[in-house]
Parts: sequence; C-alpha cells; structure tokens
Amino acid sequence: MERTDAELIREVLRGNPDSFAPLVQKYSPRIFATARRYARRESEVEDIVQEVWLRAYQRLDSWRGDAPFEHWLMRLAVRVCYDFLRGHQRNKEATFTELSQEEKDWLEKFAVDPEKADDHAAAARQLIQKVLEQLSPEARLIITLLEIEEKSVKEIARLTGWSAALVKVRAFRARAQMRKILARMTKEKYL
Amino acid sequence: MNLPELEKKLLKAARSQPPADSVPYAFEQRVMARLRAEPRMDALAFWGRMLWRAAVPCLAMVVVMFVLSHLGGQPSDNLADDFEQTLFAGISQAIESW
Repeated sequence: MERTDAELIREVLRGNPDSFAPLVQKYSPRIFATARRYARRESEVEDIVQEVWLRAYQRLDSWRGDAPFEHWLMRLAVRVCYDFLRGHQRNKEATFTELSQEEKDWLEKFAVDPEKADDHAAAARQLIQKVLEQLSPEARLIITLLEIEEKSVKEIARLTGWSAALVKVRAFRARAQMRKILARMTKEKYL
Repeated sequence: MNLPELEKKLLKAARSQPPADSVPYAFEQRVMARLRAEPRMDALAFWGRMLWRAAVPCLAMVVVMFVLSHLGGQPSDNLADDFEQTLFAGISQAIESW
C-alpha cells in the first residue's frame, strides 16, 4: 500500500531519510515546471530544484500537517525561485535592433494587423521571454503568477507570503514596468 | 503601436505553452545523495551552535564593561547603596518633581 505524504514525513523526522525519496519522485515534475518559468538554462533549473529539496528537508519539521504538503512545498519553491531571480538580476535593456529576425517579423506583422500575429508563434514566446527577463524580480514573479499561471491574488499572497494589498500594488507596478519595456523595445521602429 | 494589445497577445503566447515538467535522469538519486551528505538540522544542535556564537559577543561586552567601570569612575564604598539609588532613581525623581 502506498504511504501518504504525512506518513513519509513522519518517518523522515524519526530519522529515516530514505522515506524522503518517494516525495522527491512525486513532486519533482511540478517543481521543475515551476523553476523553468524563471530560469532558462537547464543547469540553473536543476540548481533551483535541488535547493528546494534541500530546504524542504532541512525545514521538514515546520510542516504542520494542517495543509497539504504540496502547498507547503510549492510555497518554498516560489521563494527559492524568487531568491534566484534576485541573485541573477540582469539590467540589460533590449531594443528593437537587438531582436532576432523572427521577432522583428512578428512585431511587424502585429503592427500591420494585430489579429494576424499568431499567439502560438515561437517568436512571440521568445519576445515575451525577453520582456520578462528585463523585469525586476518582484515584477517578474507577479506577472508570471498572475498573468501567465493565472493565479488569484489570494493564491499569490499565500505562495509569496506578501499581503493581498501588497500583491495588488506590485501587480500594478509590474504591468507599468512591462508596458515601459515594450514601449522601449518598439520605440525605434513604430512610435 | 497598440501596446496594451501587444502585451495581451504576448502574455497569451506565454500561456499557450507551459514549461515541460520532465525530470532529468537519476535526479532523485542525486538529490538523495546530497541530502545524506548534509544531515537534517537538529533543533537542539542549532540552538547549541547559536548559543556558542552568542557567547563570544557577550564575553566581549563583559570585558568592555569591566574595563570601562574600572577606568571611568571611582569605585564606590557601598555597592548596595549605589544599586538601590540607581534602581529607585526614576521614582525619586518623580516624587521630587511632584
């Protein structure tokens, strides 16, 4: 019979580290998917996930059992991702001339007729990636959780540990920051 | 260019392809090997370590206070009187000003 998360954790806390392995196996896919939203290189993604598991193991006794282990773990994962963003902040400003030919073509298509620019195009995904990389860590986290993962303000507050009011303020600022970046990116050519 | 529309379209593009949830080969074994190398933090051991760390600045503080008390003022003949005076200084001041 498969043991529950609570049973496995109890065993780890009793001094049996091997009981942690099924938890790693069960939840790693979800943490990898989360980490890949914030880091591009696979080596960085692996470092993030490894750090999540290391912190989870060290702080396992702080899991109270009143909420699912997965929620507790995801909160930890979001915090590790946020720390990663803060540690790898890049202040590089991308302009239109620095975009790839496919990205420029996609933008030109959009400028002519927004309806014709395909949302599923790889160029559009690369473009948004470039925009996200220029955002501040707070802004990137908020845009990713709110706009891309479509989580509610309450969920984001729970995941980040910020108050709902702070999440709303940061979301407002993040959108403004994003629009500024887009304006700068397209200024040379279209404005 | 319509920036709000561009923003909407790009976010839609980001939503259209969620990142892969694939796990590298033998990742679980690697994590477990690392965890075994770094044993779980014991709360008592943590407190013990922190108390030892706190002992150094406390000791330094005691030395500094000792040196200051011997260099700064003249030693009192009656320590009990001085102590009482210091302890009740606030009350005496309040009575005097009343």
